Amino acid sequence: MNAPMKTDWPDRLFDTLKRANVTQVGYVPDAGHSRLIERCCADPQIHDVVLTTEEEGVALSAGAWLGGQRAALLMQSSGVGNCINMLSLMRTCRFPMLMFVTMRGEWEEFNPWQVPMGSIVEPALKLCETQVYRAREPGEVEGLAKRAAQQAYGDERIVAVLLSQQLIGKKVWTK
Amino acid sequence: MSQGRLERRAAMASLLAERGDDLLVVPGLGSTTWDLAALGENDKDFYMWGAMGGAAMIGLGLALAQPQRRVVVITGDGEMLMGLGALATIAIKRPPNLAVIVFDNGVYGETGMQPSHTQSGADLVGVAKACGIATCLNVEDEAGLADLAGRLKGLRELLFARVAIEASEPPRVLPVRDGAVLKQRFRAAVGVKA
Repeated sequence: MNAPMKTDWPDRLFDTLKRANVTQVGYVPDAGHSRLIERCCADPQIHDVVLTTEEEGVALSAGAWLGGQRAALLMQSSGVGNCINMLSLMRTCRFPMLMFVTMRGEWEEFNPWQVPMGSIVEPALKLCETQVYRAREPGEVEGLAKRAAQQAYGDERIVAVLLSQQLIGKKVWTK
Repeated sequence: MSQGRLERRAAMASLLAERGDDLLVVPGLGSTTWDLAALGENDKDFYMWGAMGGAAMIGLGLALAQPQRRVVVITGDGEMLMGLGALATIAIKRPPNLAVIVFDNGVYGETGMQPSHTQSGADLVGVAKACGIATCLNVEDEAGLADLAGRLKGLRELLFARVAIEASEPPRVLPVRDGAVLKQRFRAAVGVKA
């Protein structure tokens, strides 16, 4: 399969964030999250915060919770590595942290530089006391996102939903 | 090197004299947290024992969530240097109720007073300006400090200030260390629900 799968899972994910009352969304621009990012930026009820590095979004989420709002962080698998130390803030203080991670470095990856971080996302997050879910099929995204949001904000803990590379499609390198 | 600069504890006290009920403070880890605790623990201050590089972004999340309150981040030069990108991020959102203040003593105080990049010329006011923050102040004396304190009182636009402080090491004043306690009591003080 060469063309990206055409599905509406980013819109379903957006609806889930809205129902969960998420009002701050931090992100580093990412092709896999582009549709969801567009939806967030177009929503006047959501503070969309474009970050220079993903760890900023961890601290942003802590600040949001201190002020009574719910935040989510959108990133690519390489961004997980940038977050590791800042996740100590969430663990020490038991802040809720909801992350959606588009995976690179797994399915039919062309770029070997994506593999080292992509391959350790799950164990690295688990070492940081993160509840990790993985969506492989478009139909799984909404249910897992709903569960993840309940767990993050309800239990004040770190939860990540990994979005498999099959969902996103293969990056086209030659046009 | 730091002759004639402001004394950090006195500077913290002047900035937060008559702070008002609606002011929330996020210090950085280390010295600025001890300076803030030296004024007496306040439930509306979120003391930090870690998360280096995160203070300004915690301030942003808080300022967006609490638009009716003033949020003041007061951190050190080393802590700010670790997360300089946050200034570019904050400049885009431009919350009018946020001030980011850096106590710049040119050294890493918690690790033995080793020189920081600002001592060799890194210009934090220049960085903040170049990131697009419209109001950036360089505070080097009592008059500048009084001006900054006045601006905090009526804060209605995003503000960055670098305050030149001397490289002193006043006795540590340690606030509560339990992060979950700090978080819960802050949220209770602000009056937010789960």
